[in-house]
Amino acid sequence: MGAKWADVTVGMNIPELKKNCSTQQLVLWAAGSGDFYQIHYDQDFAKGTGLPSIIVHGALKNGFLGQLVHDWVGNEGRIKKYGCSYRGMDMPNQDIVCKGVVTKKYEENGEKLVDLEIWTEAPDGRKTTPGYATVKLP
Amino acid sequence: MAEAEKTPLITPEMQAQVGVEGRGSTMEVDKTMIRLFARAVGHTDPVYYDEAAAKAAGYRSLPCPPGYLGTPIFNPSRAGAGRGPADAGPGPQPSRPLRRVLNGGTEIEYLDDICAGDVLISASHLANLEETAGSLGEMLITTNKTVYQRDGKVVAISTNTGIRY
Repeated sequence: MGAKWADVTVGMNIPELKKNCSTQQLVLWAAGSGDFYQIHYDQDFAKGTGLPSIIVHGALKNGFLGQLVHDWVGNEGRIKKYGCSYRGMDMPNQDIVCKGVVTKKYEENGEKLVDLEIWTEAPDGRKTTPGYATVKLP
Repeated sequence: MAEAEKTPLITPEMQAQVGVEGRGSTMEVDKTMIRLFARAVGHTDPVYYDEAAAKAAGYRSLPCPPGYLGTPIFNPSRAGAGRGPADAGPGPQPSRPLRRVLNGGTEIEYLDDICAGDVLISASHLANLEETAGSLGEMLITTNKTVYQRDGKVVAISTNTGIRY
């Protein structure tokens, strides 16, 4: 069961999605996405480029935000557009909390739409991956 | 204003690439890759794993999870094989070498459902070049747009921002 447009109000938060990537998940993501850049699984390589350790793929955080929105929208609605910027690094074995808030509710071309501000939050409160989404709801 | 006197990073040859349509690539969407991608993200919705659940929810087959737009066909005999649609080589380079690369951001606009069994043709073009100075020094911000078509119909448009510094 997904969200219903009639029940949505501007300013409401959508349910959070908490992630915490093991290094194994990063390897799984490398295979799933085709991104085999070594800074995401090879500690020596990552440190050699000046990073403190291996880091979580930006596109995986984009995938987490996609899950956050999909789980709220369900399968009767659709994600029409979503995006994010990679502003800060996240490390494996640290919480990445995905959050979203409704910023606009409107109708356009006969579709019931909602705009969201979405982001990932690191343990220190930094919004490492700010983004947005436009979804269609029943 | 010594900065203003510097030669721009963006050369005329680079600027000339803006808007030039790249060669199309074939992207396959299949059940195994959808399951792998969904598992890598940690999706729990059965529509990404179970075809019966996907059909019961109104999809033609397993739908693409958000962020997944098919997999390029790997062929070791082709240059740049397997690294996405932009396998046409690096193209014209900036006036000063920039050694590091960051993924700046991603946006995807969906115009239709994309499901297992679909074969997409993706074509990328350089949409914008911008140079700026930030905390990392001088930066070149590149925006690429990729249009995904199925049977001649646009089903998704992705915009990717890269930062070189």
